Amino acid sequence: MKVALFATCLVDTMVPQVAMATARLLERLGHEVVVPPGQSCCGQMHVNTGYRREAVPIVANHVRAFAGAEAVVAPSGSCVASIHHQQAAVARRAGEHALAEEAAALADRTWELSQFLVDVLGVTDVGAYYPHRVTYHPTCHSLRMLKVADRPLQLLRAVRGLDLVELPAADQCCGFGGTFAVKNAETSTAMLTDKMANVLSTHAEVCTAGDASCLMHIGGGLSRLRSGTRTVHLAEILASTEEAVTPHQSTTPAVPA
Amino acid sequence: MTAVFLGIPTAPRGVGHLRGDLSFPDAARDSLRDGQLRANLGHATATIRGKRAAVVGEVPDWAELREAGRAIKAATMARLDEHLIALEEQVTARGGTVHWASDATEANEIVTRLVQATGTDEVVKVKSMATQEIGLNEALEAAGIAAHETDLAELIVQLGEDTPSHILVPAIHKNRAEIREIFLRTMPGVDPGLTDDPRKLAMAARAHLRERFLRARVAISGANFAVAETGTLAVVESEGNGRMCLTLPQTLITVMGIEKVVPTWRDLEVFLQLLPRSSTGERMNPYTSLWAGVTPGDGPQEFHLVLVDNGRTAVLADEVGREALHCIRCSACLNVCPVYERAGGHAYGSVYPGPIGAVLSPQLTGIEDNASLPYASSLCGACYDVCPVAIDIPSILVHLRAEHVEAQQHAGPEALAFRALSKAMSNPRLWRLAQKAAGLGRFLAWGRPTLPAALPPPASRWTRTRDLPTPPKETFTQAWAREHGG
Ligand code: SF4
Repeated sequence: MKVALFATCLVDTMVPQVAMATARLLERLGHEVVVPPGQSCCGQMHVNTGYRREAVPIVANHVRAFAGAEAVVAPSGSCVASIHHQQAAVARRAGEHALAEEAAALADRTWELSQFLVDVLGVTDVGAYYPHRVTYHPTCHSLRMLKVADRPLQLLRAVRGLDLVELPAADQCCGFGGTFAVKNAETSTAMLTDKMANVLSTHAEVCTAGDASCLMHIGGGLSRLRSGTRTVHLAEILASTEEAVTPHQSTTPAVPA
Repeated sequence: MTAVFLGIPTAPRGVGHLRGDLSFPDAARDSLRDGQLRANLGHATATIRGKRAAVVGEVPDWAELREAGRAIKAATMARLDEHLIALEEQVTARGGTVHWASDATEANEIVTRLVQATGTDEVVKVKSMATQEIGLNEALEAAGIAAHETDLAELIVQLGEDTPSHILVPAIHKNRAEIREIFLRTMPGVDPGLTDDPRKLAMAARAHLRERFLRARVAISGANFAVAETGTLAVVESEGNGRMCLTLPQTLITVMGIEKVVPTWRDLEVFLQLLPRSSTGERMNPYTSLWAGVTPGDGPQEFHLVLVDNGRTAVLADEVGREALHCIRCSACLNVCPVYERAGGHAYGSVYPGPIGAVLSPQLTGIEDNASLPYASSLCGACYDVCPVAIDIPSILVHLRAEHVEAQQHAGPEALAFRALSKAMSNPRLWRLAQKAAGLGRFLAWGRPTLPAALPPPASRWTRTRDLPTPPKETFTQAWAREHGG
């Protein structure tokens, strides 16, 4: 299958290794990956901060960039949820009905990574190798808006060498919430503290999730505490292979170049 | 279009409890530091959450029941005026008197006048959100009338000269030891050997309240539901104290928000299943009192129903926000909210805290009077999942944020930044330039994997507690283009 990869603005700019891992993984599974060069953002940050009018041209750009794509995959539950639940609505509200139609049609062809792997491709064992103790945080939008349920866990259970430990109070929000993390920094930090306490109680080396944004928040807190536990995106774990392991591997994902 | 442009009045300033003195982030800052509060709330909400999940889980058709609740509320709101007039007719036909109050001030005046007409200077009160909202106790006090709260938790709050922090459990922020201290300090004639045993505390409150029940000539209540077709009012409570108030005094005055009406008796079937399981985690509600007008020789011989608008019509005018009027005040959304659990109810500055408060208070007062509340959420969606009438609170929060942004006459630094970002993100060439500029931030890190913690605002609001990764040399799209000769 020809898959158009939507890296998302945050991953593209700040953590490019997550998008690269997604591409390597899909290629390893035998699919052709294309990266439409016009892509930027889904518009979620604008919509959720109150700038829904300003989000409309961003949605238009997204629809233009992915026009004609057979299947769009993004390594983010949150951005895919926004594509599914917000894009057409903000376009419609702005009176851009043709754009709303196009956005809705594109949303029907857009998947979050774990949903694409399990539901569309029908795989749970992607042939990954990651010999570490890992706990999984289900991010709110993938859990409640996209309802990815246990798909990421199915994928993780099939990873060789991986010791999956259950995260207590996993369904509690980590406190990121986009601009919430700065507008209500204290409350966000209080939520983060409880999330980190739960992560650390598992003695996992790595906390994983399907959203780079939440991981930047949790990982930023864990790093500030010098906890030694780090965050790694689900795509990076799934892209890791035994062949790519180097002598100084530690928890850095071994994604083939 | 917003309510403001339609010119429909919102809840007036200077009366009632819908506005706080501080913005949410400022109010939360203090409560977040209160370890006792955090422990009390964390413990209490976790317990109720568990109970609710267990009893909701045992109802096989919960999803259908929830949809029925949502549909009844939506249909009722669409013809609210007709249902209210039908209610008035039925209440009047059964010997009650209906009063219409456009706002808190008017409602307080009506109730004060009615109490004064009976010649008494004290009333007993059933737990009610509407009377808290309009600040009725303060209005009565100003007229020399003492209002005694009879719900145990409301009593604790009243005696402690505190304010409620939860819609169902107003004293949720207090633990047993704190309650004992309040009783010892404020209850006349209380046993000085009172312990913090829950039974002992309840018995002390019982003795205190009994005296008032037997003495009171006027009771004031709210209402959970009002059935238009029969003129029946419903109060749902757990202690039986409400029933004492509803049956013993001569005069009963019920203050009710106009959105509480339901068209038919059968509608109660749906809500009386949804409400107890969602609120207290019980299969059936312990004390459900229903009455219509007056019955000669039985119960209050004078009944007044005060219908309060206080901004509700303005909420109804907003096609996204109006869903907030469907709320049956079960408080399930508070109990699952991670923001409420940490910041506590007082941080919301209104009698309606938590997720429902964050969408209801700003709409009742007009968004600019409560502008920080729609932002007091990480949009995690837990509230929407548990709401028994399926109010899409996250979508209303996002809608209200936009209403606030769009109400500004002048663009501030945030608006300018978001506009510039919108321009960049809708033009691939500009976007690549913006990404390059962001990538330059890596020089601040001096080769370390994270940026320094001391960055200027607004970045500092992130970096005070969290490291920020150093931006990479190359974006993903750049790397991909390089590899694939793009
Ligand atoms: S919004 Fe829904 S969950 Fe929250 S109190 Fe109202 S009915 Fe209950």
